[in-house]
Amino acid sequence: MRHLLSAGDLTRDEAVLVLDTAAELARISGRSVKKFPTLRGRTVVNLFYEDSTRTRTSFELAAKRMSADVINFSAKGSSVSKGESLKDTALTLQAMGADGVVIRHGSAGSAHRLAGWVDGAVLNAGDGTHEHPTQALLDVYTMRERMGRVDGLRVAIVGDILHSRVARSNVLLLHTLGAEVTLVAPPTLMPVSVPTWPCAVSYDLDEVLPKSDVVMMLRVQAERMKDAFFPTAREYSRRYGLDRDRFARLQDGAIVMHPGPMVRGMEISAEVADSARSTVNEQVTNGVSVRMAVLYLLLGGSGSAIGNQGD
Amino acid sequence: MHKTLEAESAYLIRGARIAGGDPGDILIRDGVIADIGTGLTADDAEPVDAEGLIALPGLVDLHTHLREPGREDAETVASGARAAAMGGYTAVHAMANTDPVADTAGVVEQVWRLGRESGHCDVQPVGAVTRGLDGRHLAELGAMADSVARVRVFSDDGMCVSDALLMRRALEYVKAFDGVVAQHAQEPRLTEGAQMNEGVVSDRLGLTGWPAVAEEAIIARDCLLTEHVGSRLHVCHVSTKGSVQILRWAKGRGCDVTAEVTPHHLLLTDELAETYDPIYKVNPPLRTAEDVHALREGLADGTIDCVATDHAPHPIEAKEAEWANAAMGMVGLETALSVVQHTMVDTGMLDWAGVADRMSIAPARIGRLTGHGRPIAVGEPANVTLYDAGAKRDIDPAAMASKSRNTPYQGMRVPGRVVATFLRGAPTVLKGKIQ
Ligand SMILES: [Zn+2]
Repeated sequence: MRHLLSAGDLTRDEAVLVLDTAAELARISGRSVKKFPTLRGRTVVNLFYEDSTRTRTSFELAAKRMSADVINFSAKGSSVSKGESLKDTALTLQAMGADGVVIRHGSAGSAHRLAGWVDGAVLNAGDGTHEHPTQALLDVYTMRERMGRVDGLRVAIVGDILHSRVARSNVLLLHTLGAEVTLVAPPTLMPVSVPTWPCAVSYDLDEVLPKSDVVMMLRVQAERMKDAFFPTAREYSRRYGLDRDRFARLQDGAIVMHPGPMVRGMEISAEVADSARSTVNEQVTNGVSVRMAVLYLLLGGSGSAIGNQGD
Repeated sequence: MHKTLEAESAYLIRGARIAGGDPGDILIRDGVIADIGTGLTADDAEPVDAEGLIALPGLVDLHTHLREPGREDAETVASGARAAAMGGYTAVHAMANTDPVADTAGVVEQVWRLGRESGHCDVQPVGAVTRGLDGRHLAELGAMADSVARVRVFSDDGMCVSDALLMRRALEYVKAFDGVVAQHAQEPRLTEGAQMNEGVVSDRLGLTGWPAVAEEAIIARDCLLTEHVGSRLHVCHVSTKGSVQILRWAKGRGCDVTAEVTPHHLLLTDELAETYDPIYKVNPPLRTAEDVHALREGLADGTIDCVATDHAPHPIEAKEAEWANAAMGMVGLETALSVVQHTMVDTGMLDWAGVADRMSIAPARIGRLTGHGRPIAVGEPANVTLYDAGAKRDIDPAAMASKSRNTPYQGMRVPGRVVATFLRGAPTVLKGKIQ
């Protein structure tokens, strides 16, 4: 792996390696060794054009736990907000000797563009409505932890598929790992070519829920109704929200996931979000381990470097 | 105008295949074709060895963005005219979306004069349909038609005349001076924020889609409007299979509609966006292989009347950006003939006489351009392009005459090279070099 731009770039073996590495790192961290020296002397830049404290903090924590030097390069208050182009910013980072750049950007493909301009590894932390591969990795990691496997899992992804980078990355990664994905949304929030995607499609949440091991709820912005994607937030919630009644019809052992931030009352009700089946908080914890693993695999140390720590 | 003097001299083109026919000689004198035959001699004429070269009537572009006035950093009338000459063109239609917009007699006359001064290519201004391309108020179309620029083609290109009533009025109004409305067919509401062709690739890349129906719906509407008011419609840069089908149907009904296709839509597909390199970002967007095939067939059977470049120069920084923030458009004047050879001639879909029609005769007729698009025959204006179809060349943006470098063909090996271009008997290009 040279960069991580799309979840689709990962082979099955590579994806499993990331998950196994993350599990190993989590296991060792759990025994109180909070820091690994593996990336000492390496510089990781967090280049965030979109406000996302949770994702930025997760990457920052992951890099620091691997002993990397972290530079936060947020768009606000820097030359970036004064109209400096992404290319010029890239050349600056290059001159600074960044070994890895974690980029969050509002435009699809910006991570790809950046990868063409810097020598260091580029890690896509969300590019517009394209992808968010580490989110998919941490989601899959969480599924594997909770359910004991990914292969053959029936996963429903519910919500604004059209505008969701989380959905795109999850569909690709889950397909690679053998899960059966069903996308659920009103037809307006489904991409036109979705029948060509490696997943099933349904407009009926009630039909899909009882057959799902995992239900992943995506955030739906109420403003979408201004563009006539759905008539009202209330109707959306009634047809596609995970409320208490629907929650009661889930299979025993099924889990509910959400990439956050949640809109309680819109796509998910408060009691569902706070229930024992909800993995929302684990996803946050797992996010750090998965990002540590990705940084480690992208930036380097040898395969034994982890094993030598802690034990 | 220094070119006028040179036009007094004579050239004897030896051994050229006129529109791909048998080799012969063409004697050019005093700006006209003085003689055609074999074994011609003329002591006063400078000989031009054209053995193995194709002679085409000077190419005519119906759709060129020259950027002057307003964006002289991207292109000027003079640099665009040189690029046109290098591409084998003797006349180009300069689109109206400049700054200020070419929506008055004053601006179109300015562009027309700049073209005359350049001397490398005739520059025929296109007038805007609406004031400032606002889509709501008709520009003074009559004043532009009556100006020295003699505007006959009117277009808000870059923007669609989306208001159906305004489109109807424009179509009706231009009948008074045999004008034509050239429509950039793009339903605006269906293409808000659109970045690329809507389909499998856009969905995968997470880029907002530009659906084919947004073009096709406008074309269908405008064909019906044109028929209703008995006017003349030209459709710019047709890009979809459905558009070709609608045009075929409309022509079958007797609608007076013509259409153009760009070289890039004859060759490139939306899969190129996978690189996220906005050198491939253009409006209308690159479509699918199925569309490309339908466009080639449409051009071959005459459903699409002509090839137009939509030459759209942009400075480097406008393309060195994230896809969504990058400018739309590609330069095309210096590669058009090669791409047409590659896609239409080398595939057996069009012969050289067909190329002469689609790239010179038809566009001149649609634009009501006198003195261009005439057959290579005795007594006709000596607008002639000599083309080496057997050559191969690697596209080098840095070597282009255009001020801008945004070609999608960088590094690509293409067939053919323009060896010479004559504008009213004066060489604007000779031995592949600008004169
Ligand atoms: Zn246009």
